[in-house]
Amino acid sequence: MSIVDTGDSTAAVVQDSVARPRRTVDRVLAGNAWLVFLFLYLPILVLIVLSFNDNDRVGVWTEFSVRWYGEMFENSRIMGALRTSILVAVLSTAVSTVLGTAAALSLERFRYRSQRAFDGLLYLPVIIPDITMAVMLLLFFVQAFDIVLLVTGVGLSRGLGTITLAHIAFNISFVALVVRARLSGLDASLEEAAADLYASRWQAFRRVTLPLIAPGVAGGALLALTLSLDDVVIAEFVSGAGTTTLPVYVFGALRRGVSPLINAVSVLMLVGSILLVVGSLAISRRRTGG
Amino acid sequence: MATTLTPPDSDQTSVPPAKLPPGLETNAEKAESRRGFLIGLPAYAYLVLFFALPLAIVVVYSFATRSTTGLTVLADWNLQSYARLTDSLVVAITWRSLWIATLTTVVSLVVAYPFAYYIATRTPRVRAALLVLVMIPFWSNFLVRTFAWRLLLSSDGPVTRILETLGFANPRLLFTPSAVIIGLVYGYLPFMILPLYASLERMDHSLVEAARDLYATGWEAFRKVTWPLSKPGVIAGSILVFIPSFGAFVTPEVLGGTGTTMLGSYIGRQFVGTASDWPFGAALSVAILFVMMLAAMFYFRSGGKDL
Amino acid sequence: MRNRRWIVAMVALALTVSACGREVGGDPEPDATDDGAEVEPDGTGDMASGCEVDEVDGDLLFGNWSEYMNPELIDLFEETYDVSVTEDFYTSNEALLAQIRAGGADFDVIVPSDYMVEIMIDEDILLALDHDVIPNMSNIAGEFDDPPYDPGLVYSMPYQWGTTGIGINVAEVGDVTPSWDLLFDPDVAGALPGEISILDDPREGMAAALFWLGYDPNTTDEGELEEAAAAIETARDWTVTYTSDQYAELLLTGETVAGHGYSGGFLDSFFGVDNPEDYDYLIPEEGAVIWTDNMAILADASSVCTAHTFINFILDAENGAELTNWTYYASPNAGSAEFIEEEITTDPTIYPPDDVREKLVFLENTGDAEILFTDLFTGAQG
Repeated sequence: MSIVDTGDSTAAVVQDSVARPRRTVDRVLAGNAWLVFLFLYLPILVLIVLSFNDNDRVGVWTEFSVRWYGEMFENSRIMGALRTSILVAVLSTAVSTVLGTAAALSLERFRYRSQRAFDGLLYLPVIIPDITMAVMLLLFFVQAFDIVLLVTGVGLSRGLGTITLAHIAFNISFVALVVRARLSGLDASLEEAAADLYASRWQAFRRVTLPLIAPGVAGGALLALTLSLDDVVIAEFVSGAGTTTLPVYVFGALRRGVSPLINAVSVLMLVGSILLVVGSLAISRRRTGG
Repeated sequence: MATTLTPPDSDQTSVPPAKLPPGLETNAEKAESRRGFLIGLPAYAYLVLFFALPLAIVVVYSFATRSTTGLTVLADWNLQSYARLTDSLVVAITWRSLWIATLTTVVSLVVAYPFAYYIATRTPRVRAALLVLVMIPFWSNFLVRTFAWRLLLSSDGPVTRILETLGFANPRLLFTPSAVIIGLVYGYLPFMILPLYASLERMDHSLVEAARDLYATGWEAFRKVTWPLSKPGVIAGSILVFIPSFGAFVTPEVLGGTGTTMLGSYIGRQFVGTASDWPFGAALSVAILFVMMLAAMFYFRSGGKDL
Repeated sequence: MRNRRWIVAMVALALTVSACGREVGGDPEPDATDDGAEVEPDGTGDMASGCEVDEVDGDLLFGNWSEYMNPELIDLFEETYDVSVTEDFYTSNEALLAQIRAGGADFDVIVPSDYMVEIMIDEDILLALDHDVIPNMSNIAGEFDDPPYDPGLVYSMPYQWGTTGIGINVAEVGDVTPSWDLLFDPDVAGALPGEISILDDPREGMAAALFWLGYDPNTTDEGELEEAAAAIETARDWTVTYTSDQYAELLLTGETVAGHGYSGGFLDSFFGVDNPEDYDYLIPEEGAVIWTDNMAILADASSVCTAHTFINFILDAENGAELTNWTYYASPNAGSAEFIEEEITTDPTIYPPDDVREKLVFLENTGDAEILFTDLFTGAQG
């Protein structure tokens, strides 16, 4: 088919000419997507099914039962750990998303002298092994609190606050990395036009840049939330006595074998996170819609 | 930080040149520089306080001495911990970590790229839904997910059964390097998908249309237009997958068996094992940081462009 | 820019210098202001705390392994003494030590294992106990009142104890001699109808191989240690994995037919299956590691009297029995024997006979050789 044509019909012709190979490609892509979802959900399926296993041990199926869910809700330690985890995850995600996005903007859209040093600093938390970060933050908090006590006379102790501070420290970098991936190829002329159009830089940012980078910001925030909910090593180190996050509790309990109780907790977290995200999506949609 | 990284650079953005002789900077440019610095400042200040300072403590520790009870004595400063970095054991474990992390990254990229492309080309509503679907599994518990893989890969588990019906004789997956790689790919796949998606989604698809128009095959259009435009996502994703895989700690312990000790576990053993050799653990960590920074820098400066 | 970096460097230096001053939390000073709980030697080895029996002086922070305390006992203690107990968990002795070293983990009472008690004593982390306010100490069985890691129980009181041995699938393996051959001998272990697992712990793993070779598990002889590492490396052919928490699970799911692990870990899971007769826990005849977990008070604990009262409470005969009935680990409390369920007290693998007990050895801190243990074991694992 010839593409030599003029006017409106061009687009239609082009589309037609590539329609067939694209359909095959699309089918392959869709197939791959299904396989990936299968891969992602297979363990989750196993996890959910086994949380209804009556047996004490997760690996051997006896019969359907919801008794682990009952035990879970009665277990005050699990409930307390769950509360801690959610609080830390939400707080650290919120703060690190704001700071990380600002850092990404600052690095991608401006040029200033100390930029390279900051650029390097921003990557370090991604590179460092968990265990090293855990140890160094513990040492740091202990030293810092000693100094605070010496200077101000206020005695601080490790707990929810220190876990949140630590999670923000690594989450900033992850958020910044994802947002930068989006920013770096965005056409800056759009933003420049917006800068001319709107009275203030802030307005230009809010009306143009932010909507453009929103997927990157959302991706970064999701990543931060996930990382916070998954962290065992750092939370175990920087938490004080009496503050246990759910992963730390689970890690300890695994010492006594995997019981379906742990699976039930995991399902609860899953459901909780889904509600949280769907809820926040609904709220943001209503806000932008209205 | 002496080491620096150039971002996956943005030739198409029209930012002012990085270095102007001080005299030639206009006031407006100066104000713009200051603004940029101030926007980044909260994050930088935070990282200096809660990352760079703690890191300085670790660097100091790497020159300290281990007492006979495993206590770190901050005296008798020495380079002994660094001297041990060339031990054959350390070299062997580093080598193994390198190839496991490389394989994990390659497999993740191959799986995630078409997947992210698929999501990015859906309608916005579907996109958001699919993205959330990707993330949902990861809000359960990491350890529990990894243990679920243990059941799936076990000798009478479904994956092994399938392999058997496909004609593999006596396949053993659990506790092999393959299981570790499967577990790592599973664990870090969203780290690959998210940045890839972010860079593919913002791509101007009329460009791709034009490319299809221009080039003979879809493949060529992909190679010349889509791939280069998605490169920042590829690089960010590869870093996000490679690095945690390289330092992985829990996955190799749960899914690995003999011959799967990785650097993360070995470092862990220095800090929370009976060896309790914090100076050596600190030296190992500092070395990893240093090498990784160099590698990332090299990747951005040269390798990144040829992708 | 140079200036800015310089300031950062100075602050970092200031921080680390203050760290030098205190030897990284290794030397906490006893806090004399704590409710008059002055610590003075009284000549007999134990210390006067200034507390009375059953006195409480504040809420208790209890650091423990998870699933290692009957929650009803905590409730009972809270009701009886009208204080609140917060239980917090750690995942390994070393993680606990790391927290304390870095500057105090805020705990009042902790439950470290034997060798860790020794390390903690060496580092002055623990408070010398006031034996006068722990009258239930008299309940402790004779073999635990003078352990090598803490002679005279100056700093610690035993909580639970057990051994490290081999769990087997009797249905698969059949009747076998209880021996480390099951893990290391090519003719025995290599000929088993399945694979094995070894504890993922340098000291325990090497101890098993050292027992098999007829050496002392606390040896620091490089040649002997290398031989042990070689045995572990050879065993790789029939070792499926190294694990410190899944050995029982692997045995029960058929991934292994024999596994190296802790007595309570195996026995607890054997009680839960339909066919317990198919599984057995063996203490090898060459000898095995015995371990205790022990209650101790941190030197900078804030509720010293409550801590003593809590230890005394756990050492009560009936309370000690409640603990063992819940954990399935053996109790060092002789007074508890009559209150412990019979199926536990009559189980020779929980309470081994005297001839077996004689061959049990505590692991000790080997100083600089710990590095050798770790590197040789890691190298052997591959």
